[in-house]
Amino acid sequence: MSDTRQFAFGVVVIGGGPAGIAAAIAAAESGARVALLDDNPRPGGQIWRGGPGAVHRADAGSWFERLERSAVTKIYGARVFSAGDGFVEAESDEAVLRVNYRSLVLATGARERFLPFPGWTLPNVMGAGGLQALVKSGLPIEGKRVIVAGTGPLLLAVGAYMKEHGAKVLCICEQTTWTKFMGFGLRMTLLPGKIREALQLKVQIRGIPYRTNCWPVSATGSDRLESVRISDGGEIREIECDYLACGFHLVPNLELPRLIGCRVEGDFVQVDEMQRTSVANVYCAGEPTGIGGLDLSLAEGRIAGHAAAGNEDAARKLGPRRASYRKVVPLMAEAFRLRSELKRLARADTLVCRCEDVPFERMKNFDSWRAAKLQTRCGMGPCQGRVCGPATEFLFGWRVDSARPPVFAVKCSSLAEMAVGAGESRQ
Amino acid sequence: MRDSAAREVTVRVNGRPVSVPAGASVAVAVLLAGRTCRTSVTGEARAPLCGMGTCFECRVTINGEAQRRSCQTLCQPDMEISAHE
Repeated sequence: MSDTRQFAFGVVVIGGGPAGIAAAIAAAESGARVALLDDNPRPGGQIWRGGPGAVHRADAGSWFERLERSAVTKIYGARVFSAGDGFVEAESDEAVLRVNYRSLVLATGARERFLPFPGWTLPNVMGAGGLQALVKSGLPIEGKRVIVAGTGPLLLAVGAYMKEHGAKVLCICEQTTWTKFMGFGLRMTLLPGKIREALQLKVQIRGIPYRTNCWPVSATGSDRLESVRISDGGEIREIECDYLACGFHLVPNLELPRLIGCRVEGDFVQVDEMQRTSVANVYCAGEPTGIGGLDLSLAEGRIAGHAAAGNEDAARKLGPRRASYRKVVPLMAEAFRLRSELKRLARADTLVCRCEDVPFERMKNFDSWRAAKLQTRCGMGPCQGRVCGPATEFLFGWRVDSARPPVFAVKCSSLAEMAVGAGESRQ
Repeated sequence: MRDSAAREVTVRVNGRPVSVPAGASVAVAVLLAGRTCRTSVTGEARAPLCGMGTCFECRVTINGEAQRRSCQTLCQPDMEISAHE
């Protein structure tokens, strides 16, 4: 049986990626008592995974140092699974933590969108960020043959990272068109600092074939991945490889904002110029307010942190910086919009829900996420629809928008400690 | 000698010792042991997908505790890990 430990802070930040780190530091600089909670064993989120010891963009080190030097209380390895009026509840390995706040900053980040295709459940078929995360966590990749596929700027970063770590990157398969990709690249270079980044990346991926209009059609192997068939400009090619790193851009982690009741419009949490959500004293920063990348996340995090600590003057000064990086959001959405051919990759027996092993043919005839869940158990496993939800949004046009506690699969002993009864939040 | 010992951790995956770099996740130890992680509800072998704790495909038993996400757990000396057979 776990025990419950109580804490109280002026500002509580959920999520230790760039937005959360920036928010926590800013809130502390503005005089608040701050706690930073994260599910991972180390700070950095996904883009700076591995913490200060790993290699990242040059400015990451100074953010880690500032976080280390700050008075912020860091609580890693804590999964927030429930929230109530003025508090959140998290599960760590040893205990349930009940953390009270005056202001809350949600910096819950994003995850990759995965799409089902034949063979996507084979071992060694991973997300693009997924394989990168594993390599950052110690997986040796030297000499391994890797295909990077899907869509989004992450593919380039992952290709460069794999090459730098000695992998043979056979190909980067980007589903969008060359025209859209180049248009995006050119408009990005108008933003501060981006020309340098683009040129660096160009050097880093030199020698790796970069194909647009290209996507994976199927993966095969007996007990793990052996080869991938790709559609390359309309032609099908089969390539033998050790890993397929495949992700279709990012979707925001909205489970906690939704549980707390923050208004979500379109795909994102609605915030004002202070990063305030529709719920009093609750702020949101980074990818959940719009997929815009690292610089936008840092700017929003700083604004949210200062504002949550009551220092709106400091927050307001950062407005122009946020505004310039905010332009990335619609550019990115348009450039990496998914093509409709990807809806036809799954065959009748291709699993869509990997937790409950529900195949495409059992799901395709329902008209809503809820109906499919009730009849097939899709989305009812431990990931709670985090993988198949975004896939079905694209495949079937379903809206996946319910959230109830616990928003994360937790131990029974943690459920017993949960202060907010699941019944309370049911409509 | 001392350095290399400090930079490596030895755990056991399905009873077999595996050395991993210090700070490596349990998922890495499982893959280095040539294993996969969980067994799906229809009996398929599964291995990490997201690498960041959201997909739950990397679940294994660690020191007798089932359903642990191996990608979110760091290797500790002498950990007993049990994965898909």
